[in-house]
Amino acid sequence: MIYLTRRYSLAAAHVLAQPSFSADENDRIFGKCANPGGHGHDYGFEVSVTGPLDEETGQIIAPGLLDEIFEEAVARRFSHRLLNEEVPFGSLVPTAENIARVCSAALAETVENRSTARLAQLRVTETPRNFVEHGELV
Amino acid sequence: MGKDEFRGKGRALRVTRSIHFSTSLRYWLDDLSEQENRKRFGQDADRHGHNYRLEITVQGEPDADTGMVINLSQIKEVAEREIMSRFDHKDLNLDTEYFTRIPPTPENFASLIFSLLDQALPEGLLDRVRLHQSADLYVDVLRSQS
Repeated sequence: MIYLTRRYSLAAAHVLAQPSFSADENDRIFGKCANPGGHGHDYGFEVSVTGPLDEETGQIIAPGLLDEIFEEAVARRFSHRLLNEEVPFGSLVPTAENIARVCSAALAETVENRSTARLAQLRVTETPRNFVEHGELV
Repeated sequence: MGKDEFRGKGRALRVTRSIHFSTSLRYWLDDLSEQENRKRFGQDADRHGHNYRLEITVQGEPDADTGMVINLSQIKEVAEREIMSRFDHKDLNLDTEYFTRIPPTPENFASLIFSLLDQALPEGLLDRVRLHQSADLYVDVLRSQS
């Protein structure tokens, strides 16, 4: 099996708080991440795709096309945004886990629609100390 | 979950060694005209180069006496012979015969590297190669699960 991985990054703000919980409850669960004014990260994304090699180009996907797909499915929606105000976040708290699930679903659909590849894995890096992976590539 | 339920329990260990090499290349098929090569491959049809970083991952159980899956000096020796001597400070089109009919995309290059290393290492030992072409692009070739 062959997998191609591209790395991207974007900066975004978020608040880790469940709107239906009280402020005290959110403080207890999310700690300083619940600050109502928000905070932000330089999120890193590692997008891994797999599929047959194109007979003419010898590629799973053209890197430039994957760049366009990331722009459309993720960067355009979330770069330099307060994630809590963007669909589908809100009552869905924009944790790294939920960001990975939302973005991997959007990337999987766009990759499938626009190429012969399929999404194999997405890694979302929130800080140098934590990341979340969703997919099959170990 | 207790530590006995660690997902990796009972699975083989993986050991990785990295090497670096610098190589020039272009995407160019001898059967195509210059115009066709340029149309198909764009700027990659022009000669350029990369600082490749290769992670070689082997898997297995550590030897009871040595505590090693394989002596890393053996991987170093195989990597030197099969990869470094062939590709470091060489041109993939001019100095090797692998890329006359297929372009040296990272997918094709990583597949070639996997098969060169797999043939040179003890059977079944090689688990994966990860070829970094730049800071933001890499290719993994994993042994098929069949």
